[in-house]
Amino acid sequence: MIAELGQVFLSLALILALVLSTVPLYGAYKNRPALMAMAHTLVIGHFVFALAAYTALSIAFFNHDFTVTYVATNSNLLLPWYYRLSAVWGGHEGSLLLWILMLAGWMLLVSLLSRSLPRAFIARVLAVMGMISVGFLLFTLLTSNPFDRLIPGPLDGQDLNPLLQDPGMIFHPPLLYMGYVGFAVAFGFAIAGLLGGRVESQWVKWSRPWTLMAWAFLTVGIALGSWWAYYELGWGGWWFWDPVENASFIPWLIGTALIHSQAVTEKRGAFPAWTVLLAIAAFSMSLLGTFLVRSGVLTSVHAFANDPERGMFILGFMIVVTGGALVLYALRAPRIMTGKGFDFMSRETLLLLNNVFFAVSAAMVLLGTLYPLIIDMMGWGQISVGPPYFGAMFVLLMTPIVVLMPLGPFSRWGKDQLLRVVYPLLGSLALSLVAALIIVALLDAWSARAITGWMGGLWLILGSLHYLFDRKKTSRFGLPRHQLGMIMAHAGVGVFIIGVAMVESATYERDVRLTPSESVSIAGYEFTLQEVVSVKGQNWIADEARFAITKDGELVQEMAPQKRLYHRSGQTMTQVALRPGVFKDLYIAMGEELDAQSNAWSIRIHIKPFIRWIWGGALLLALGATLAATDRRYRLKQKQSASDGLSTSAASIT
Amino acid sequence: MTPRRRKRLTAVALLVLGVGTAAAITMTALQDNMLYFIAPSDIQTSELPPERNFRLGGLVEAGSIQRDPNSLAVVFTVTDGAHSVPVTYAGILPDLFREGQGVIAQGRLDENGMFQAREVLARHDETYMPPEVASALERAGAPHGVLE
Repeated sequence: MIAELGQVFLSLALILALVLSTVPLYGAYKNRPALMAMAHTLVIGHFVFALAAYTALSIAFFNHDFTVTYVATNSNLLLPWYYRLSAVWGGHEGSLLLWILMLAGWMLLVSLLSRSLPRAFIARVLAVMGMISVGFLLFTLLTSNPFDRLIPGPLDGQDLNPLLQDPGMIFHPPLLYMGYVGFAVAFGFAIAGLLGGRVESQWVKWSRPWTLMAWAFLTVGIALGSWWAYYELGWGGWWFWDPVENASFIPWLIGTALIHSQAVTEKRGAFPAWTVLLAIAAFSMSLLGTFLVRSGVLTSVHAFANDPERGMFILGFMIVVTGGALVLYALRAPRIMTGKGFDFMSRETLLLLNNVFFAVSAAMVLLGTLYPLIIDMMGWGQISVGPPYFGAMFVLLMTPIVVLMPLGPFSRWGKDQLLRVVYPLLGSLALSLVAALIIVALLDAWSARAITGWMGGLWLILGSLHYLFDRKKTSRFGLPRHQLGMIMAHAGVGVFIIGVAMVESATYERDVRLTPSESVSIAGYEFTLQEVVSVKGQNWIADEARFAITKDGELVQEMAPQKRLYHRSGQTMTQVALRPGVFKDLYIAMGEELDAQSNAWSIRIHIKPFIRWIWGGALLLALGATLAATDRRYRLKQKQSASDGLSTSAASIT
Repeated sequence: MTPRRRKRLTAVALLVLGVGTAAAITMTALQDNMLYFIAPSDIQTSELPPERNFRLGGLVEAGSIQRDPNSLAVVFTVTDGAHSVPVTYAGILPDLFREGQGVIAQGRLDENGMFQAREVLARHDETYMPPEVASALERAGAPHGVLE
């Protein structure tokens, strides 16, 4: 019953989305306020039905309704309630539903917070987002219905992949999706801007806080995924350049370029067309990311061939969205968007360089990710692209960014002189170089990577702080939030770089064979395996290795990694034991039992310096973006722009 | 040529140069880091230079796993049904590594025809067969990637 209800709700949402994507658009074209205003009501209804459908699926999961195919394949009787609820997005169908719910949520927010924008403009934005929703709802209902029945239903379901039975996994996909879907807002604004033919800087300003928030969500989502991989997969790595990771990283790179180019276009009216193009690209890459990961194409091209219906729909949808947007862009952009000029030495140029390097990085990652698929489809054999390609290329492309980043805030719009920009920063530069050497000496971590990492990281942190103090001295009212946010984000990149450099250069890694009461010493720590015991959880049993870690004879920590066996699926899982720290993590993972008689196990022990700084830096980036997004300057003045709206909507039809 | 035009021309030239360099570096890096997947049956006919790493995939042959009693060294055989290759590895094997399961090893062949693995991958899903392995088995004559 609940599944049928869910399906009805989804269909109703589809109908509303269809109306939303046509009527307000027509209203904007004909300048009929009543039709345009319908958008707001439709968006509310659309959200309510999407939420109802999502709730229906959640209830089916909660009540163990195994007559629903999707529930039966992703849940079972032993699964605790919180994982049953998060299992909703554990598979392809349910994650599409979550996507739709989030899109509906973003649309609702846009509708509520942008009431003072010109009526025609906001009607167009919501209509464009409605079209995207139509696509997703059709895809879900036609090819990936989560409410499909399985009659007769099994007595018990299959397992949710044990890897996903983890708190990190509860939050990772929703945050990532919030980011992906959030770029739909920037996309909607850009398309509405093209449709309306309005002068560029206005809509760019309106869309900035939305883009920043989407980017912040995406940042946290990716960081959470990295953190999860670190403690859950048991390899001790934090980033693998895995196709699935790349699929989320490409939109992030383009999004980073987008928030910077939006700044230029809003403030100076320069390269507006490029900003529109980036907004289209960011969302297209988000679509690609969602589909590639969830449809299984990335793990194999054959997955595409196995399910041609889904494959063709995805292809078609992407062609319509991206292709349509690009056609519109080609038709409209040259006419309405002529960028203002700027001097070679100017803040515009620095931000342009940012854009070039980020866009090229995104292209580089995209190429490396799709290359094996292309080769395979052509029948030229099966290859994979190794992580060194991505790592080396990325460092190469990001080096200029790191060198130039602190110069950005100090430079002037329009025209500037190199010396005037560099001169005040010489102190920070010298200090970061010297401090880097001292710190590396203190840590005794001499290596080219560690030294350059600390230099680059400190340069960003000190350069950003320098700007902060500089501005505090000169401005009476303190720094506005968007500048504080920028400083925080730039310093966050510095923190991140230090983390990466240390982890990649000064990690201790040892795989050892241990029997109880044996010990091994690594970097001054003595790891003693005391015993291996058997423990039980709600839906698993495990072997648990109990370790005592001592340093200079004193007990530092007791740690107990596990090797779990999940009842339902029979899968084994490594449960890592961690001792997190600001400056280093101790990390123990169990391999396998090598010899049952002597109870010998293979054990992986890592000491990871500064690894928390990687996620700490990412958190600073996200916080900075949030701070900037909530700046007062983006808050819309009710009265003034409402009256603006009348004149502009009239102007845009002509 | 007006100064404005000249400036624009310089900018375009720099851009073309930059993009060209970036493309060249990227393609070189891509070629260098490309890892070919080779099935046990294809090793003889492969034209890969011997010092080059590649990915070897197939099933872990039943009864072939031998461990060194004092270290983490392990030797096993990877087969696609028609041919098999001995593999040696020192380190921790993934959770789903076991006899009869699909596996991909990354490394290279030594002079004795022994595959020296640097990395061994098995997917984190009981029912999942790496697609390359599945098609390798199929080509070697085992229908649907299943060995009888």
